Amino acid sequence: MADQQETRPFVFSDEQRELRTAVRKFAADNADEQTVRRLMESDPGFDAKAWTRLGSELGVLGLSVPEEQGGVGGTLVDQAVAVEELGATLYPGPVFGTVALAIPALVAASDGPVRSELLGPLVEGTRTAAVAVADRAGAFDPAAVTVRAARAGDDWALSGTVERVVDAAAADDLLVAATGPDGVALFAVDATAGGVERTPLTTLDLTRRQATLRFTDAPARLLAGPDEAERVIGHALVVGSVLLAVEQVGASQHLLDLTVEYAKGRLQFGRPIGSFQAVKHRLADMLVDLEHARSAAYHAVWALGDGSDDPALAASIAQATCSEAFSRIAADTIQLHGGIGFTWEYQAQLYYKRAITDAALLGSAEQHRARIARLVLDTASGDGAPSIATG
Amino acid sequence: MSTAADSSRVADAARKVVQEHDPTSVPTREFLAACFDAGLSWVHFPEGLGGLGVSRGLQSVADGILQDAGGPVPFALNPIGYGMAAPTLREHARTDELKREWLRPLATTENIWCQLFSEPGAGSDLAGLATSAVRDGDEWVVNGQKVWTSLAHRARWALLLARTDPDAPKHKGLTYFVVDMQGPGVETRPLRQMTGQAEFNEVYLNDARIPDAHRLGEVGDGWRVAMTTLMNERSSIGASGSRRGTGTIADAVALWASRPDLHTPVLEDRLTKLWLRAEAQRLTSERSRATATVGGPGPEGSVGKLVGAELNQQVYEFCMDLLGPEGILYDDYTMRDMERTDDWRGPLQQRFLRSRANTIEGGTSEVLRNILGERVLGLPGDLRADAGKPWKEIPRG
Repeated sequence: MADQQETRPFVFSDEQRELRTAVRKFAADNADEQTVRRLMESDPGFDAKAWTRLGSELGVLGLSVPEEQGGVGGTLVDQAVAVEELGATLYPGPVFGTVALAIPALVAASDGPVRSELLGPLVEGTRTAAVAVADRAGAFDPAAVTVRAARAGDDWALSGTVERVVDAAAADDLLVAATGPDGVALFAVDATAGGVERTPLTTLDLTRRQATLRFTDAPARLLAGPDEAERVIGHALVVGSVLLAVEQVGASQHLLDLTVEYAKGRLQFGRPIGSFQAVKHRLADMLVDLEHARSAAYHAVWALGDGSDDPALAASIAQATCSEAFSRIAADTIQLHGGIGFTWEYQAQLYYKRAITDAALLGSAEQHRARIARLVLDTASGDGAPSIATG
Repeated sequence: MSTAADSSRVADAARKVVQEHDPTSVPTREFLAACFDAGLSWVHFPEGLGGLGVSRGLQSVADGILQDAGGPVPFALNPIGYGMAAPTLREHARTDELKREWLRPLATTENIWCQLFSEPGAGSDLAGLATSAVRDGDEWVVNGQKVWTSLAHRARWALLLARTDPDAPKHKGLTYFVVDMQGPGVETRPLRQMTGQAEFNEVYLNDARIPDAHRLGEVGDGWRVAMTTLMNERSSIGASGSRRGTGTIADAVALWASRPDLHTPVLEDRLTKLWLRAEAQRLTSERSRATATVGGPGPEGSVGKLVGAELNQQVYEFCMDLLGPEGILYDDYTMRDMERTDDWRGPLQQRFLRSRANTIEGGTSEVLRNILGERVLGLPGDLRADAGKPWKEIPRG
């Protein structure tokens, strides 16, 4: 898949279309609504065997891992295709912790035994990971790190608390940012080791779980030292933001399809409710929001690969657009379904909760707009401003 | 042939035109004639008719090279000609001779085109129009009034939709023609709008005569032909502008940057939202260009028109709110005709008033949302009181 590096922006290759079909089929078979509901109300919240098949048989968990690191050498576009399809069904599994954050962080870190040891099993789906890095609006802020690292022989010991870490309750490996004597570094911690206390939290979105992590002299191995930790974490957060945006697109498309079908089949006043312009126009607006979200997310996916745009700006455009689009589409899905849309039995609530959760992760739309204002408006020129009539 | 090969063929042709006809030194018409002859006016048209028979997505390849070398944006010089008349003529003109006769001077902008569609009694419900065309030998005699006709006073040719069978249901009784705007029986009067200017015209047709050879499509098939025109209108309005931060949003951003004394956090977020929406729409246009197929533009072009129109209004509303009391002055309400299509880009307050028309012209936002709902999403149509009735029995007013 290495030759796909040169694809034109927004144009998927035949292989990528086949990949989409394969992941869609897998998600349909393994994450139908009943399965999602069963898993979200049981532990560990996902089907570990299915997750392993996703990694080992379909090979879609580390699509953009280079071949020399044991991956298939695909692109972020390939990975985005898979994440979009998993997002469409709310696939219960550590997509966010493992695929969106941990694997990109490992790929960005310098080569070494720790990276090699961790990366393979994550890509194969035999282990899962969570990233315990408190971000500020989707960007890394060393000052926000709440864990301290101390030397312990050849390795390290971590102490401190990180709250609300997505996918941490069931993770095998934890990637933790901690402040050591030389600055902030990124460490790998075995989640089952002594000194690691995990407190599962009841989350708004039961399909995307969180835990608070408390480290007490927990044994840790250095993954990225102070010289590169900021770059490695920054890379993971940008890639994670973009993959999260793509997931939002997949779920939004599902909701639009669902609501359109409902509006065609639901009869009131002797006619399909979709024939009423009040309903039709709201659906048209959902379509516009979805198209914008898709364009912004895909742009960021390609821009991160081909360097055609500032990654931070592209990621913020994608996040600001997709968070708002998914939230509004999910809210409108409930509204257009009427009473059934508000029930526990109907799927709209699951997506609405995912939308609210996704919007809050890695920076809200408002925070990303604030970043865009700094990057775009603060550097804008007043040249060419329209003249103002003065009477 | 593969897309990559087509792409380099288009690029080679464009570079050759630029090399042999430097757009910064030769007259515009000569340059545009060279573009037409090289097949770069509409790359998806057949060879000999201003195209190369390749995917329309490759137009951006040609335009990029031609415009980077200083070439004009031909759409701006003959918007209805390029955006609407050309695809309609290409598909529906009766002979290749007529196609060539019309398309080449259209492409060079020697002949400006306008469209005679809307009427005082037929706006959104265009198919209800009343202008009649009655056959007389091998000619048609046309009577009626058209309105909102931009460029009618400068146009050589017009696209006309007229009723040829009042006994048929409204969509079935229409026929499409090309009218000579300089012929007898065609009278153009300026129509003053709320900006004070007359950008549009009313056109009165009194026994205007059209040769049958200038009919496009079959008698009674005018609605289907008109759809070619309208889909291209929406697509051409929606797909323009490709660099980040260009277009209407540039006005707001430049005004913002030039007036730091007026900044507030609330206004900043409002402007950022507008910038973001403009950027998302720009990327959507890029995406739809990149994935465009050889076929004509689909109803998804309506997204661009809908968003662009509403965004224009919001941008100028923002500018006015930024300026506060400074904004409530005007330059001049003296009526004047618009000579160029971009004359309306006058002072901010004029642009602000002009933007009210954006959500009406070229399909109201309400109609566009219906199109998105029905043609893209496949939702059922609304109840129609006029369905199946002969046109002459439909209440009008």
